[in-house]
Amino acid sequence: MYKSYGKLQVLRGVSVELVKGKVISIIGPNGAGKTTMSKCILGMVLPDSGDIRINGESVLKKHAYRSQIGYMPQIGRYPENMKIRQVIEMIRDIRKEATVDDELIGLYRLEEMYDKKMGALSGGTKQKVSAALAFLFDPQVLILDEPTAGLDPFAAEILKSKILKEKKKGKLILITSHIMSELEEVADEVLCLVDGAIMFYETIADLKAQTQETRLSRAVAKMMNGGAAL
Amino acid sequence: MNKIIKYVLYDIVRSKIVVAYTLFLLLLSIGLFNLGGSPDKGLLSLLNLVLLTVPLISIVFATTHFYNSYEFMELLVSQPIRRSRIFLSEYWGVSLSLSAAFLLGVGVPVLLFAPGATGLYLVLTGLFVTFIFVALAFLASVITRDKAKGIGIALLLWFYFALIYDGIVLLILYSFGDYPLEYATLALTALNPVDLGRVMVLLNLDVSAMMGYTGALYKSIFGSAWGVGIAFLVLLLWVLVPLLTSRRVFQKRDI
Repeated sequence: MYKSYGKLQVLRGVSVELVKGKVISIIGPNGAGKTTMSKCILGMVLPDSGDIRINGESVLKKHAYRSQIGYMPQIGRYPENMKIRQVIEMIRDIRKEATVDDELIGLYRLEEMYDKKMGALSGGTKQKVSAALAFLFDPQVLILDEPTAGLDPFAAEILKSKILKEKKKGKLILITSHIMSELEEVADEVLCLVDGAIMFYETIADLKAQTQETRLSRAVAKMMNGGAAL
Repeated sequence: MNKIIKYVLYDIVRSKIVVAYTLFLLLLSIGLFNLGGSPDKGLLSLLNLVLLTVPLISIVFATTHFYNSYEFMELLVSQPIRRSRIFLSEYWGVSLSLSAAFLLGVGVPVLLFAPGATGLYLVLTGLFVTFIFVALAFLASVITRDKAKGIGIALLLWFYFALIYDGIVLLILYSFGDYPLEYATLALTALNPVDLGRVMVLLNLDVSAMMGYTGALYKSIFGSAWGVGIAFLVLLLWVLVPLLTSRRVFQKRDI
């Protein structure tokens, strides 16, 4: 998969196969192409060349496949004058899906704030709405872009346990994050992007074994330094 | 498609700008019909004002609406919805609400004060101009992400079609006055939807003499049903070309 914004090459030859039932964390320095990669999978950003397949079928220029994906953006942007209730009801109205998983709405007590306007919400509350929307339709694939950034520790805990719960159902969950300790709790594998290319893609256990470190953050730092030295 | 249009309309109605626009048109029409003696005079003044204000308000409102709905579209793009559906729903939402405002603000007074073929042409022209300028506004909006730039382009388009274009046509006619220019002027008219609409209504008003240079030729062409049909076809093209172009751009752009 290749993608460039103008002259800026964001993704250069990212090729990876992800298996369901795993939590995969995408890490890498700022501007490495993590968000771009997730947006490509969602069809929000169209790759210059390359292909994206879900269950063996190319998803480029398609739209129906997105019913299988729950997306939580890094910065959720919502129509400012809509209330939380309206946003959630609108999405449900448009999707018309029978199965609804409103566990997060309950846990985050969003119903108490249903009549607040999106524009008046704090960043953290917006993130809660994003999270609730991402999990709402019980999707097979979840893409969470820095999900805990801006969430209070308590809300982040709820999200983490939700992620682990969904993983047990055999879903594929992609998380981009910078917080290694958090990833260590939920993720199985680490995909490291640097300058738009994959630097390594290993399970956490393998990483630790290779670098002989007990903490993921140190292991990753070692791997990245090693790569830079090469 | 209908569901998304519903939410677009809901958003527009709440902003109250469309309501103000309706009232403005209503005041304008009733005022002009009461001011001039004959309904024909009223129609003529109304035509000139409608062709100046409707494109301006349509293009500015549609452009700002497009940029203000960016979050809404962003939210929908990650859902299993075709992008063109999102885009066209926005288009229909904006153009239908502006058309409704126009029908209420101009259509109803025309029906009351000056019913007839000319009034019908005026209303049809106004509706087409609304659809055309909303399409042009969307084209301006997809060209750039910068809201200020987008509105700038939209205003430039309005300036061009409402003011500059006529100046260019006059300049051409004046400089090449020694050559037979009938068909050239006809082509030039077709290249500006505002002028095309104006000519169609004027010919029905039987004041084509006021148009100077090209009146006679227009009369012979737009006087027939065939000519009017072609003119409406050209107006339809003026809707479709910018609309489909901007839809194409929107489908290929990164959100």
